[in-house]
Amino acid sequence: MHKPAIQVRNLRKSFRKRSGFRKKSELWAINDVSFSVGPGETYGLLGPNGSGKSSLIRVLSTLLIADSGYVRLLDFTLPEHAEEVRRIIGRVSVDAAFYKKLSARENLLYTALLYGQKARESERRVMEILDQLGMEDTNFTTPLEHMSRGMQQKISIARALMINPPLLLLDEPTTGLDPKSRRDVQSFLEDLQSREGTTILLTTHDMAEAERLCVRIGFLAHGKLVAEGTAEQLKQRAGAATLDDAFIKLTGEDLVKEEEELALVED
Amino acid sequence: MEAVMRQTWAFLFRGYHITRRYIGWVVVFNFYALVTSASVALIGVAENNYQLTVKLIVGALLWNYLSRLYEEISMSIAYERWEGTLEYTFMAPVSRAVHLLGVSLFSLLNSIVTSIIVLIGLMLFTNLTLRGANLFGVLVVLAVSTVAFVGLGLFAAVFPVMSAERGAEATHIFQGSLLLISGVYYPIDVLPRWLQPLSAFSPATYTLSACRKLFGVDDGSSTAQHLAGAPLSAVSHELLILALMGAIILPLGLMVFMRVEAWAKKTGKLKRTG
Repeated sequence: MHKPAIQVRNLRKSFRKRSGFRKKSELWAINDVSFSVGPGETYGLLGPNGSGKSSLIRVLSTLLIADSGYVRLLDFTLPEHAEEVRRIIGRVSVDAAFYKKLSARENLLYTALLYGQKARESERRVMEILDQLGMEDTNFTTPLEHMSRGMQQKISIARALMINPPLLLLDEPTTGLDPKSRRDVQSFLEDLQSREGTTILLTTHDMAEAERLCVRIGFLAHGKLVAEGTAEQLKQRAGAATLDDAFIKLTGEDLVKEEEELALVED
Repeated sequence: MEAVMRQTWAFLFRGYHITRRYIGWVVVFNFYALVTSASVALIGVAENNYQLTVKLIVGALLWNYLSRLYEEISMSIAYERWEGTLEYTFMAPVSRAVHLLGVSLFSLLNSIVTSIIVLIGLMLFTNLTLRGANLFGVLVVLAVSTVAFVGLGLFAAVFPVMSAERGAEATHIFQGSLLLISGVYYPIDVLPRWLQPLSAFSPATYTLSACRKLFGVDDGSSTAQHLAGAPLSAVSHELLILALMGAIILPLGLMVFMRVEAWAKKTGKLKRTG
C-alpha cells in the first residue's frame, strides 16, 4: 500500500476572539481533524465560509502553526520541516495576491527567482501552462491590475505550478470566476492530475466542482470533519439525491453561509 | 550558492520593476526630498553663514540617506501586507536572512540614488564646494553606519508583520523620533534636558557627528573655498560606537524579526490586509 502524500491526524487550531471588554473567548478553527490523501489523488474539502478550510490549507502551507496534531506532506512533518515542505507545495488562494502594477511576466519571474530557478526555463514552463489555460501571449506583459479576476487566477495557478510541485493546495481557486474561466481551470486540473499525477487538495463550496474533480470528499463544519468518502458514498450515507442535500443532512449546515466569523477573528 | 544568488536577485528584480511602474511617484518623492533639503540649507545661506550652511547640508544629506534606507526596509513588509504577497514570500523556500538581505540591498541602492540627487541639487542651490572635505572618510562612516541602520530597519519591519496599518504607523513614529533626537539640524544640547540622553542610543547621532568633522564643520580654518576636513582618525570614537551598534542591532533585528514571524504564524496574523 502506498504511503499517503498528505497525512493529517488530530489537527487542532484555535484563535482567540475578543468578546467584550478584556474578555477573550477561544474559537476552534480546526477541531481534531484527521484525513489522508493518497499520491496522485484529488481530495476535496467542502464547507461554508468559516468552516476551517482556509485555516487548514494555511497550516499545510506553513503559514499557520497548529496548536497540536500531526501533519506530514510526503516525507516531511510540520512544523519541524517547514523549509523542505515549502519546496514541494504550490498554493493557489481565493484572492490572487500579486504586485498588481507589475505584469504577469514580472510577477512570475520574481517567483521563479525566489525559488532559486533559472528565469528562462521557468518562463518556458509558464508559457506552456498559460497556453493550456487558454491565455494569449499578449497578456503576459500587461500589468495585472488591468486583467480580469479570471485571468489573474489563471496566472496564480501558473505561479503555483511553475515550480512543478508534487503537491498542490488549492483554496477555492474558482470562486468568483465566470463560467468559462471556471471550466478552463477545472479542465486544466483534470489534465494536470492525469498527466503528471499531482496530488491535489482542493477546498471549495462548489458541489459540482467537487464531484467533477475529487476522488474523495470531506465535509467540514465548525472546524470538524463530519463526513468523508466518495461523492456517491456521501449521498448514500445521507440518503440524499444530490451532494448539496447530503452536505446539509450530514452537517446540518447550508453551504451558502454569509458569516465569515472565523476570517474576522483571524484578522 | 547559485540559488541563493538568484533569490537575492529576486528582491532587486522586484524592486526595480516596482520602481519603474511607480516612476511618477519616485520623481515626486525625490523632488520633495530635494526641495525640503534645499529649504533647510538655504537658512544657512540667508544667515550668510557658511559654517551653518555646511552643517545643515550635511544634516539634510545624511538624513535623506539614513531615513530612506530605514524607511525602505521597514516599509517593504508593509507594502507586501497591502499587496497580499507577504504570504507567498513567506511560503517560498527562501531563508529570512536572504529575504531581508535582498530587501536591504535594494533599499541601499535606492537611498544612494536619492542622496546623489539631493547632493547635486544642493550644490546648485548653495554653491557648495566639497574641496578639502574628507570624502573617503565620509564613505567609510556611511558604510559602517549603514549596517546599524539596516538593523534598525529590520527592527521596525516587525511592526507591519504584527499589524499592517498600526505597524506602518509605528515605523513612522520611530523614524520621527530618530530625527528629533539625533541632532540632524541642531545641536543635541538644545533639546530638553530629559530628552538629551536618548540621543546616545541613535546611530544617526554618531554618523552626523563624524561626518560633520570630516566635512570640516566647526573648524575655524574651513572657508567657503576650502573645507578643513578632519582625518579619519579624528572620528575613530564615533566609528567604534557605530561598528558596535551595527554588530548588535543587525543580528538582533534579524532575530526579533524571525521571532515575530513565528508569533504571527501562531496567531494567524499573516492574512492579507488592505
